[in-house]
Amino acid sequence: MRIRKELWFGLTFMVIVIAIASYVLISAEKITDGHLGLLMLSVVVVAIMLGFPTAFTLMGMGMIFTWLAYHQDTTRTLDLMVQSAYKTMASDTLIAIPLFVFMGYLVERANLIEKLFRSLHLALARLPGSLAVATLVTCAVFATATGIVGAVVTLMGLLALPAMLKAGYSTRLAAGAITAGGCLGILIPPSVLLIVYGATAGVSVVQLYAGALFPGLMLAGLYVLYVIIVAKLKPSLAPPLPMAERAIALPAETAALPATPAEPVLPRLAAALKGRRNAAVPFGYLVRQAIIVVLPLLIFILAAVGTYRAVTIVPAEEVFDIQPIGGGYSSSSAGGLAEPAGSDSGSSSSTGGLAEPPGAEPAAGARSGAASSLAEPSASAAKANAATVVPAPTWWWIVFGTLGVLTAAYYAFLTFARLEVFKMLLTSFFPLMILILSVLGSIVYGLCTPTEAAAVGALGGILLAAAYRRLNYEVIRESCYLTAKTSAMVCWLFVGSAIFSAAFALLGGQALVEAWVLSMDLTQTQFLILSQVLIFLLGWPLEWTEIIVIFMPIFLPLLAHFQVDPLFFGLLVALNLQTAFLSPPVAMSAFYLKGVAPKHVTLNQIFLGMLPFMGIQILAIVLLYIFPEIGLWLPQRLYN
Amino acid sequence: MQKLLFAVDALSTFVGKAASWAALALTLLISWEVFSRYALNDPHAWVLDVQIMLYGALFMLAGAYTLSKNGHVRGDVLYGFFSPRTQATVDLILYIIFFLPGVFALTWAGWIYARESLAINEQTFSATPLPLYPFKFVIPISGFLLLLQGIVEIVRCITCIRDGSWPPRGDDVEEVDVDKLREMVHVKASDLDALDAELSRKGGA
Repeated sequence: MRIRKELWFGLTFMVIVIAIASYVLISAEKITDGHLGLLMLSVVVVAIMLGFPTAFTLMGMGMIFTWLAYHQDTTRTLDLMVQSAYKTMASDTLIAIPLFVFMGYLVERANLIEKLFRSLHLALARLPGSLAVATLVTCAVFATATGIVGAVVTLMGLLALPAMLKAGYSTRLAAGAITAGGCLGILIPPSVLLIVYGATAGVSVVQLYAGALFPGLMLAGLYVLYVIIVAKLKPSLAPPLPMAERAIALPAETAALPATPAEPVLPRLAAALKGRRNAAVPFGYLVRQAIIVVLPLLIFILAAVGTYRAVTIVPAEEVFDIQPIGGGYSSSSAGGLAEPAGSDSGSSSSTGGLAEPPGAEPAAGARSGAASSLAEPSASAAKANAATVVPAPTWWWIVFGTLGVLTAAYYAFLTFARLEVFKMLLTSFFPLMILILSVLGSIVYGLCTPTEAAAVGALGGILLAAAYRRLNYEVIRESCYLTAKTSAMVCWLFVGSAIFSAAFALLGGQALVEAWVLSMDLTQTQFLILSQVLIFLLGWPLEWTEIIVIFMPIFLPLLAHFQVDPLFFGLLVALNLQTAFLSPPVAMSAFYLKGVAPKHVTLNQIFLGMLPFMGIQILAIVLLYIFPEIGLWLPQRLYN
Repeated sequence: MQKLLFAVDALSTFVGKAASWAALALTLLISWEVFSRYALNDPHAWVLDVQIMLYGALFMLAGAYTLSKNGHVRGDVLYGFFSPRTQATVDLILYIIFFLPGVFALTWAGWIYARESLAINEQTFSATPLPLYPFKFVIPISGFLLLLQGIVEIVRCITCIRDGSWPPRGDDVEEVDVDKLREMVHVKASDLDALDAELSRKGGA
């Protein structure tokens, strides 16, 4: 019965497309080339839905229609084809795709997910719905690093679904958390979707990455919030873990200290290090524990000192620029001084000098003025530095005050059980976070191009696999083969779509669509809603790759007319296409989960479980639309 | 006949797998260049061209390999629910209407394009120029491999229409290989069955 229903869905969609196309053709007074273009567009949608490999559908159809558009001129048709192929081959945007994909396969094969899930689940044990929250966080981190929806959903279906069902979670909530979390890698950079959009739309991938970061985190945060609220309101759907499940076994050496899981670490470890009562425990082991214990404090101190220097010391040259202007500068000197401080701190923290107290600059200006009267401009570096110290801004005190309190709280509550959890996180969560943050950070701050970051990230993936003793010839070889297949799939699609879009534009289909949309006289909001609804509908029968390479070239020329930033549009599209992964009845992630779920979990339960998360995605699109700053603040702050 | 099909599969697979090592080469080359440029302050102009060539050759030459493993993205709203015979009929028609003319034209155009490049001994536009024509010959070569593979796929469609089931393909590494993933995270199928039994008992009680 289900199979029948599925067929109906697709067939209905096809009939609708054909009906619209024939209506347009019949209602037109005169059939022009443009109408031929529209016909081509509807035929391609039908052909894709029939299931033939999309790249070759586009290529063949594009060629035939190009030939028609050129009035049967074979030479020019062939030229156009080879040019589109070569354009894709020489694209310096798409080159990042095989590298990110390669990195993803390597990270997947490093096999951190099991450790990651167990450590997060223990670390978050106190939260309501902790298993579901741990699932979401694991998915977010792992999906971000690998970007492979199928593998993440399958792995979490094997690990988290049995764990949640055993703990008494409702099947729907468990299935929803896994499928929704597994798809987060589509949106959170470094994602391949954003590269494909950037290559199609000519938007800088760097800006897209910077822009998609906060919407992606917001979506993940909303998921977590939803799960926590559900668990709080209806504990029967997500019962808290029994104490026995939370118990953590101490390693033999720690237990021999002697220590119990609930005992605070600091006094016991200090006593043991002094040399009494530790005959059974090797000294080296104690030192290793002590190093792990002080690690957070060390990082905090380093970060605090490093950023303090960065925000308080203004480079000497910039002060010399200001000094010659002298006394009559009192009112505007604040702005002049604030700028270097802001741009300087920009590299350490993105909040920069925005929150700087207004009182700080005049004082600093006065001090540097006083210093100049004492010291020559050619004074030694030390003196110049001394002259240009500004007090740390309020935001710095707030950030590091909070961090300091957190660090203190961490030490106050550090028991041996928590130390074990921290050690587990140290070997699963933090390596992945460091890999993601360094790849993303170097791209977003403009230290290197996405291609370079992707290559170094892939190298990081190799090292990660090596660190977990998973690196062998087999892993590298399989990752290479999978990378080749995935890149061939995406990039051949580009070859096909380049020919197809050229044919569509040559036939004037583009002009016809533009004239038609403009004649509807839409406002910007109406246009955005219309386009997003259209993309959402297309997301049902089509894959995101197909939607972006075929339909984005049609939407993009319209953006300028409605004064929509292509960057902002891209973020909306990326969020929107995420929902396509969760919309029944064609959501891929549901089928991946069904493939590994225990037999009594039905596809319907999975679909029902995905619905609330789909609702959250739509909420996220609305939020992004109402507050575009969520996406645009970071790119504007960094690149304008 | 089956032997000939597998021979073409093997050729596509061999070329595709050989090209796939470009992914590792790209990773190492760019990582080394990043180190050389930022740490040793010694950039190389030719690296940019080589990385483009590696990437272009990687995905173009893997095209036929991907086709032989049925790895090109297809719309899956209807196709997956068709009977194998319907699938093969749809494929057969569209291979003949779209695939053969499109790929043949690409191969032909690529051949002319690459020959022209060879005739003028075209080089990259950079401080250390590299010959560009081998890269352009990638287009007709990948096109030709795709064409061969496409013909094999057409034969497969015909076989399937005749027999009612798809002829076998060679095995290959898959993105989501459930058994391998299961082994990776140490979950046994028997565990899941036990859980299933336990939960349905609880649900029934």
